[in-house]
Amino acid sequence: MPRPGFVLDVDRSTPPILFHHGEQFRLEKLPPGRSRVIYPAEPLPAIDDVEGAIRDALCNPLGDSEPLPALLRPGMKLTIAFDDISLPLPPMRSPDIRQRIIEQVLDMAAAAGVDDVHLIAALALHRRMTEAELRHAVGDRVYDAFAPHGLLYNHDAEDPDNLAYLGTTDQGEEVEINKRAAESDLIVYVNINLVAMDGGWKSTATGLASYRSLRHHHNVHTLRHSRSFMDRHSSELHHSNWRMGKVLRDSGVKVFQIETTLNNDTFGADGPLSVLQKREWEWTAKDRMTFLAVKTGLDKLSPALRRKAMHSWKAPYGLTSVQAGEVEAVHEVTTANVYAQHLVPLEGQTDILTFGLPYICPYNVNSVLNPILVMSLGLGYFFNLYKGRPPVREGGVVILSHPTPWEFHPVHHPSYIDFFEQVLADTTDPVEIEQRYERQYAEDEWYRHLYRTSYAYHGVHPFYMWYWGSHGLQHAGKVIIVGGDVRAVRRLGFTPASTLQDALEMATDVVGPQPTITHVHNPPILMADVT
Amino acid sequence: MKALEFGRKPARYAAAMAAGRLTPGGGAKVRPLRLADLDVPALPGPGWHHIKPRLSGICGSDLSTIDGTSSRYFEPIVSFPFVPGHEVVADRAGGPDDPTDGTDRVVVEPVLGCVTRGISPVCAECAAGHLGNCTNITFGAIEPGLQSGFCHDTGGGWSTMMVAHESQLHAVPAELSDEAAVLVEPTACAVHGALAAHAGAGDRVVVLGAGTLGLLTIAALRRYAPDAALLVVAKHPHQRALAAELLGDAGRAAGGTIVEPGELKRAVRRTTGAMAVGDGAIVRLAGGADIVVDCVGSAASVTDSLAVVRPRGRIVVVGMPGVTTVDLTPLWHKEARLVGAYAYGTEVVPETHDHGAGEHRRTFDLAFDLVASADLDRLVSATYPLARYGDAITHAATAGPRGAVKVAFDLRAEKERTRL
Repeated sequence: MPRPGFVLDVDRSTPPILFHHGEQFRLEKLPPGRSRVIYPAEPLPAIDDVEGAIRDALCNPLGDSEPLPALLRPGMKLTIAFDDISLPLPPMRSPDIRQRIIEQVLDMAAAAGVDDVHLIAALALHRRMTEAELRHAVGDRVYDAFAPHGLLYNHDAEDPDNLAYLGTTDQGEEVEINKRAAESDLIVYVNINLVAMDGGWKSTATGLASYRSLRHHHNVHTLRHSRSFMDRHSSELHHSNWRMGKVLRDSGVKVFQIETTLNNDTFGADGPLSVLQKREWEWTAKDRMTFLAVKTGLDKLSPALRRKAMHSWKAPYGLTSVQAGEVEAVHEVTTANVYAQHLVPLEGQTDILTFGLPYICPYNVNSVLNPILVMSLGLGYFFNLYKGRPPVREGGVVILSHPTPWEFHPVHHPSYIDFFEQVLADTTDPVEIEQRYERQYAEDEWYRHLYRTSYAYHGVHPFYMWYWGSHGLQHAGKVIIVGGDVRAVRRLGFTPASTLQDALEMATDVVGPQPTITHVHNPPILMADVT
Repeated sequence: MKALEFGRKPARYAAAMAAGRLTPGGGAKVRPLRLADLDVPALPGPGWHHIKPRLSGICGSDLSTIDGTSSRYFEPIVSFPFVPGHEVVADRAGGPDDPTDGTDRVVVEPVLGCVTRGISPVCAECAAGHLGNCTNITFGAIEPGLQSGFCHDTGGGWSTMMVAHESQLHAVPAELSDEAAVLVEPTACAVHGALAAHAGAGDRVVVLGAGTLGLLTIAALRRYAPDAALLVVAKHPHQRALAAELLGDAGRAAGGTIVEPGELKRAVRRTTGAMAVGDGAIVRLAGGADIVVDCVGSAASVTDSLAVVRPRGRIVVVGMPGVTTVDLTPLWHKEARLVGAYAYGTEVVPETHDHGAGEHRRTFDLAFDLVASADLDRLVSATYPLARYGDAITHAATAGPRGAVKVAFDLRAEKERTRL
């Protein structure tokens, strides 16, 4: 039996704790007697018969849905949408679960005589996936059968001829999604629910939507009222998506939802990175040697090679569940399965919260984790991995460990560069940023052009990253980045520190002497259930 | 009298060039420039007076002369040896030929045009008030020299005494400090350059460089093109801070913004909404700024100007260029206008200005107004006695990295000055 998540109270015998630090690692001593470390649960058992589980899910749907074969008929329009490159993190070893599901869906469609099938990467305002990335997600067989005929492609949220406006929610939120999907007789949406935020109505209402639609929930107000956005029932982000889901349903858009959950086997049970998912006091001599070799090797590499090395890692995740059918019924089960892997009970809040940020987030696969993404990963994703209340008290200090280089991938993140140079040079206040700058970037023709024709995130995307962290930004009294580029950290509006000890000392200016500390030992992913 | 003299000695000139390449301002230590006791220059003729410099600024053109990096274009239009210093606030020395009592402060308009040279009738340029374009700067009663401070006969401001023609002297109002007055001459250059830009409401104007000339150009553009959106490229933090002060709230409301040098192309693209060639990194802008005012004058700045100006846009080179290698293909392809803006003369006050629109005014008169109204005396960062000329020139040559703007010689406490 895998061991559940665990909270370690640090004492004098506690060894140095692993902090991810971009493409490198740090071992840090935490003050004994007032520090605790939350460890993720060990990987849940994986399903052995994946193909069988998929078939079973498709044929035994949840909620008010017929089995998939019964929904398929000759002459129908079928659209298979699937999660994009942002999931899972790190990417999974082949075959990707999307491929395994899509192949079965296509087999069933073929058996039913369905010949009008499109496959769409539901990337919303993310960058387009490359051929290699699409091949990894859907497999060569599917890619070669559909892509050359223009039947497998990336969603284009800026194609005015290929968007369908479906109306507004009862709160005036406009719903506009991919026209092919909206006009299909059936959308089969294939999810990888890496964290609790993923899936549900968010899949279609966000993944296939346009800026016109997304701006209604990707904004400061909504995200500040999503506490957290990993807890659907406390998340305004999800409430908005669910309202949009109702519009979709009422408009006649029929969705057959397939959701999957993965276990925490991010770095493998053996191999060079396996030590990263072990608890430090359980490291064997071999583990210590391996860690030292990996760390030393990485430290000696150039930044570019180090990045390449880390981004080449493919995780050996195991599938823990697959469920299909009606969106909401499916998502309830999925969420329970995600929580079963991720939730770790935690009592009370501390003065300081620390994160070691890894090399990857949803928006820099095969790319650079630029300073804006550092903010989003730390104050957005990691900070929001809680249920109940944040592990740090309001006005407390958040300490992030990351090199935070002043570096951007120009192809993937062109508007990020401008956001960093123009917007953050002026203000870091999310509300002011939203009011003064969002529209300019969202409607910039060059960014549109690059999003549609190259591999660029949409012009507005850096704003969404900043909003993503706006709840954390509002909650924290101070944010410190350890080991970051000083100028870049200051441009973010944060405080640079050379070492964790310096950062803890600086934090006392805000939270007083002898502060209590929570360190979140992530990844592998965990979610604090704070009471 | 005590003066810094610049001589024409090829060996020292070559050494200065080498030293200047190693360390900005290093040419001063190798001595084509020397501190010397010189005879007081003789009055060249009627209308000339002795004046005693109080402050005299160190200009970029002085520095490139000292470091041997200025163009040989100037060789026939200067006369050696000469005492540098053309940014001068001085006291009239008084005497039999001076109608004043010798206590009045003056600013020197250093261009040596036809009137100063006793040439009559004056050339067409001087007749039109374009003194900077005088065609007789090597002829007449005095030795060749485009300006005081580059002419053997007149001396220059880096001394305790020089001569100036009555037509060159502008009385300094009592309320104007010496620090403000010494900035009148460079401000006149900036006003001339700003007006040569012909910027109108809504024009996007790039100001390249935020040294003395760049900052003064910002002030001039704010004054004479208040509705233009300025995009200032400033390298150093204090330059950005001063640029922000000079832009002010109104300048920012008009779209004014300040960026670092490496941010120029992206800033021009996003503020103009232009498309760009390049996959996220900008290889070439499809559009660009309406006007670029180049206050640097280097190969890099002219190249940047050509890169960011829109088709049929205008580039005004205000900073003194030297021998540069620049790809002019974009000039040709964009049909851009590349114009120089040297010195000053007479301006037509633009329609955008509240007072005197359409009037012809001396550039210096406009500069006096601007220096006073924009509190430009804040740009004088440091002053030195002549004896510390090496430090002064090094400071001026490294003003940007050292957080300074204008460095000047302070002659007010020189003993020689009171003895003469």
